[in-house]
Amino acid sequence: MGILIDENTKVLIQGITGRDGSFHLARMIEYGTNVVGGVTPGKGGQAIDGVPVFDTVEDCVKETGANTSIIFVAAPFAPGAIRESLFNDVPLVICITEGIPVKDMIEINQRLREGGSRLVGPNCPGLVTVGKSKVGIMPGHIFEPGPVGIISRSGTLTYEVASELSHAGAGQTTVIGIGGDPIIGTTFIDVLEMFENDPDTKVVVMVGEIGGTDEERAAEYIKTMSKPVVAFISGRTAPKGKRMGHAGAIISGGVGTAESKIEALEAAGAPVAGLVSELVDKVKERID
Amino acid sequence: MKLHEYQSKELLGKNGMPIMPGRVAASAAEVPEIVEEIGLPVVLKAQVHVGGRGKAGGVRVVGSMEDVVPTAEKILGLTIKGLPVKKLLVTRACDIAKEFYFGVIFDREKRACTMILSGEGGVDIEETAKENPEAILKITSDTRGKIYDFQVRRAAAAMGVPRELHNQFIKLALALYDMFVDMDLTLLEINPLVVTDEGNLVLVDAKIITDDNAMYRRKEIKEFERADPENPDEVKAKEYGLSYVKLDGNVGCIVNGAGLAMATMDMVKHFGGEPANFLDIGGSSNTEKMKQAMKLILSDKNVKSILINIFGGITRCDDVAAGFIGALRSENIDRPVFIRLSGTNEEIAREMLEKENISADTRMEDAVKKAVAVK
Repeated sequence: MGILIDENTKVLIQGITGRDGSFHLARMIEYGTNVVGGVTPGKGGQAIDGVPVFDTVEDCVKETGANTSIIFVAAPFAPGAIRESLFNDVPLVICITEGIPVKDMIEINQRLREGGSRLVGPNCPGLVTVGKSKVGIMPGHIFEPGPVGIISRSGTLTYEVASELSHAGAGQTTVIGIGGDPIIGTTFIDVLEMFENDPDTKVVVMVGEIGGTDEERAAEYIKTMSKPVVAFISGRTAPKGKRMGHAGAIISGGVGTAESKIEALEAAGAPVAGLVSELVDKVKERID
Repeated sequence: MKLHEYQSKELLGKNGMPIMPGRVAASAAEVPEIVEEIGLPVVLKAQVHVGGRGKAGGVRVVGSMEDVVPTAEKILGLTIKGLPVKKLLVTRACDIAKEFYFGVIFDREKRACTMILSGEGGVDIEETAKENPEAILKITSDTRGKIYDFQVRRAAAAMGVPRELHNQFIKLALALYDMFVDMDLTLLEINPLVVTDEGNLVLVDAKIITDDNAMYRRKEIKEFERADPENPDEVKAKEYGLSYVKLDGNVGCIVNGAGLAMATMDMVKHFGGEPANFLDIGGSSNTEKMKQAMKLILSDKNVKSILINIFGGITRCDDVAAGFIGALRSENIDRPVFIRLSGTNEEIAREMLEKENISADTRMEDAVKKAVAVK
């Protein structure tokens, strides 16, 4: 099973002709993802790796029946790319691009509230339902099929966690990076709920970091879950008031500390590991 | 990015907001000329990015010409909470009949903008929030991102703005709100916003934080950063697309991805080391970035060992290896380097490094332990 994407997912790539878009097109095809089309305004009519390119999302959806979009467009143009997919009612939109201004995301978030589509990201690595479909930039070979669902605010830290779990024989259902920005389309709670309802997922791993209160809110939801959740929080040693790369990773006004997140999660029955190796042990205990 | 008070006021002035005339000075010798221009009495204000300037003696009112230079010298000689005062703002003093607090923030919880108002201005708003929460009024923007005049009118009455100033106050509050939105700010704080004896509204102190992600379309703000960087190394790093925060330890860290970079710092600390920095080389791959990252870390004299931790996704390990080999040729790498590589194009990268007789670990813990062991 897994969540959000599977073998029936038909992917369109916005920004398919760019350096990152074309590179990851090849990696996704290699993984077995069904990439049906791409969009780069002004470059319609070409084909890359056998995948047709269109000028607009509308044309691409009409011709190919794409139901998921992944965005590799540069930050100044990415809000426009997200809107284009939302206006065309693409059910699932994944934005890889980092560096989108908050003002644009406030506006996009309003549109998302009106319903229709789901946005994952921005500033995220995308997701993979192991062995079925990869819509993202994560290296495909680090995942193994198994019973663990992973949700993360980070990109590369997700790879770290997934790869260590795979090494230890704890494979995954779906691995999803929800993004490191202050406003994101899909939150921890959304994904926790999906994993709770996914029959193949037995244990959930939640990788959070300093900044905001999403982990604390997630802890409230975890209290109601039947499945075990194991957590990891990065940024325990980060100084206050300094933004740690992610636009969302900053401890400000006493809010967003690692301590507060760890406390909330532990109180909700989700143990928080200090090292990835420790996380792996805790997950394995819960699978067996 | 955090703007200095003088920069915030320049921006406010350009947008037609009521501020007292003034200018910034970098030496006491420049001050008399400014005072002659704007007239006595003046306030001299230290320009440092910390609170509590007043208590530390960094804000002084001067009423006579002969006191101007000595007072300016005194302030420029101060170090406030570890920061030396390099500039001071010379501004015309204004009389104060009443003080208010006004702020707009990007409200992460509500995913909207929130205006914060209080009748208790001039003091620390966080203190007020703790001790007297009902003295703080909040107005959050609606689904269209708007705040309306009737909302501010109600707040004005509740916070004790004199009735004859209500219209003026509402107009100013909404203009400040528009400026916050238009200029991609994440914080705009006026504390205090003052009513003068003559019944005018004046913005006496101002704090602005901008959205770093919007700098590509806010050239005028980017110019402030270039002209007066808070931390020159961090600004330089940004120009190369690196996200760098200087810390006090001696293990230099170069990592791709913010989450992994934070986890690397945490692990360094876990094994008894102290990270010298946070450094995320960012999402997209680029050999030049890696080279610049090496340069930056090498320029930190506290660094005793260098830890490169890469898990390739969108960043390709071979690009990182090429950048590192480039740095090997152009820089004097005089401290031990420990590399961990995993992910996209890992094999190609390993081959490239092997030709230079450099080995790389596959697991993060192994590389971290080695880097921490260097004393």
